[in-house]
Amino acid sequence: MKFVDEFRDPQKARILLQEIEGLVKRIPVCRDRPIWIMEVCGGHTHTIFRYGLNKMLPKEVEFIHGPGCPVCVLPRGRVDDCIALAERDEVIMTTFGDAMRVTGLKKNLLQAKAEGADVRMVYSPLDALNLARLNPEREVVFFGLGFETTMPSTALTLLQAREEGINNFSIFCNHITIIPTIKAILDSPDLQLDGFLGPGHVSMVIGTKPYSFIAEYYRKPITIAGFEPLDILQSVWMVLKQLAEGRCEVENQYTRIVPPDGNMQALQAIQEVFELREFFEWRGLGSIDHSGVRVREEFSAFDAERKFPLPNLKIADPTSCQCGEVLKGVIKPSQCKVFGTTCTPQNPLGALMVSTEGACAAYYNYGWIPEEDLHPAKSPV
Amino acid sequence: MLNRTTNDERITMAHGSGGKAMRALIEDLLVPTFNNSLLDTLEDQATIPLRELLQHGDRLAFTTDSYVVDPLFFPGGNIGELAVNGTVNDLAVSGARPLFLSCGLVIEEGFPLDTLTLIVEAMKHAADRADVSIVTGDTKVVEKGSADKLFINTAGIGVIREGVSIAATNAQPGDAVITNGFIGDHGVAILLARNELALEADVQSDTQPVHDLISHMLDVCSQIHCLRDATRGGLATVLNEYASASNVSIQINEPQVPIRESVRGACEILGLDPLYLANEGKIVAVVPYENAHELIKAMRDHPLGKHSAIIGRVNSSPAGIVILATTFGGTRIVDTLVGDQLPRIC
Repeated sequence: MKFVDEFRDPQKARILLQEIEGLVKRIPVCRDRPIWIMEVCGGHTHTIFRYGLNKMLPKEVEFIHGPGCPVCVLPRGRVDDCIALAERDEVIMTTFGDAMRVTGLKKNLLQAKAEGADVRMVYSPLDALNLARLNPEREVVFFGLGFETTMPSTALTLLQAREEGINNFSIFCNHITIIPTIKAILDSPDLQLDGFLGPGHVSMVIGTKPYSFIAEYYRKPITIAGFEPLDILQSVWMVLKQLAEGRCEVENQYTRIVPPDGNMQALQAIQEVFELREFFEWRGLGSIDHSGVRVREEFSAFDAERKFPLPNLKIADPTSCQCGEVLKGVIKPSQCKVFGTTCTPQNPLGALMVSTEGACAAYYNYGWIPEEDLHPAKSPV
Repeated sequence: MLNRTTNDERITMAHGSGGKAMRALIEDLLVPTFNNSLLDTLEDQATIPLRELLQHGDRLAFTTDSYVVDPLFFPGGNIGELAVNGTVNDLAVSGARPLFLSCGLVIEEGFPLDTLTLIVEAMKHAADRADVSIVTGDTKVVEKGSADKLFINTAGIGVIREGVSIAATNAQPGDAVITNGFIGDHGVAILLARNELALEADVQSDTQPVHDLISHMLDVCSQIHCLRDATRGGLATVLNEYASASNVSIQINEPQVPIRESVRGACEILGLDPLYLANEGKIVAVVPYENAHELIKAMRDHPLGKHSAIIGRVNSSPAGIVILATTFGGTRIVDTLVGDQLPRIC
């Protein structure tokens, strides 16, 4: 495929891997321990496992799988609020596909649907708005979630709804924002990491400048990375190069998509519709100040939290889960005491097992294969 | 077309009541369309002479499946063709010659009679193409809202030729894994036909009967070890079934797996894995490696096997595991899917 296969060229990968091996030898820390690079974004986690990049890189380079899967980090209380909304007779609850499997205290939206709730999968908030137009006697609620990547489309949809005077449409806002989250991770006392792969899609909206504190204050290199396997390898190479040269900068590998100043139109829409919450709860990480957004007062007619009463319960993470330690790189997913036993993709106990982009689900689904069990000599043709 | 004895344009509860309307539906639509002497008798069962069955082999294959696809019509086919081809294929992958089918219709009250006629005619067309007869059936009408438009159940019997022994437990280390062409077409065609996506792609369902291709394969290689059609759950699910049942490992090579550009493109946008997409005319076989190249050559001579390919090998370990060697040079496990594939948020 044009503009895709170019970024999956195995020959170019081999060249990059050779250069990475050369760089690793120049980084002093490698003599004592691996280099820990956090990929913030769930899309990166997915690519790393889908293409087996973790097994292609030298053993001195280890990925720490960050909090960038917005489905994974949604706390159970918010999911239960969403289910309570969906179970109202007048409500058509609309949501993205993978959000339907996130479990609250007792069930997820798929189970609520099976019990009779009107839950529909949509591919964009505009589809949800269209459902509102087609069902004027019902209230269509859009389960809005995601980082700055998906925030603009929710904001623009809400602006469209206001312009058209649609009064049976609202959003249940669970959007989160990336910068306070990275800061909370960096402030964690037990953090173990040497550099970041910055989120490509989020950066398409916010640009590269908001990350400068990571390099300047926390002295960690960060490279904004694309999502194809060559993007990731090149970004790893760029982070390692900074480490080898003793630099800490914000670099942009994903220049074909990410402008330094971001997307002004998208940022304006976000600014017009949303405001920061004082704090927001995350699965595995606890409460993080100013890490979530809510709908502004001026748009309260489109805010499901203001339109409907919600249980609004705080439900603690299961004590057996070690998601927080995985997110901070203290342990690997497979080292969690419930990984693959009481916590599986079929029955996710912890946040990171919920979506295919969660680190634990990726470990579980794509697994780990001992080298001696691979049979390259028996290729089919 | 239906020579109606009533003026009904839509199915009513009366069409399932056992009375005159139901009789008219059967006699005016189903019997003349399916058109065979076994059905014409309108007994409660079809009576099949054993002598005729024994001409084709020494064991009976018997299967059933229900079809609840939405939408009923999609690029490349409709529920009627699917209901015939699916059951024909379930028989064929045992090495059987499919012979007779039943047809159970569950129709929602209010369903347009013209649409039902189109679907029944499509079933007849598919049955003729597969050289099978629809010899018995059942019609039920349920109240509006109790079913989604139309469900079809088909059961089928066929006869397995002598000397053929195909089972998921038969895969052996060293065997080759082959398929007859592009995977994922049906899954993407259905997704696009639902009109829920702002996506356009020229992808047609691959619904087709594969019994003739399989017969052709058995002529070349009677020792096919495993054979299934990759329907729901796709290629990945079938391979996991083989690996688990035979206690072997299967390694497939991504560049060798035939996938259309348009299917790859749709999967990229939606965050879906084509290995798990449904197919309706694709088989996955495990065969002795020494026969594989000759078999592929023969399959490519058949209209349904033009894009056949060897896609992988069977190994002894890690037992029960399917591994994908990626185009990019890495490897990963291809596990059985948990529930349906759901498009990612971003």
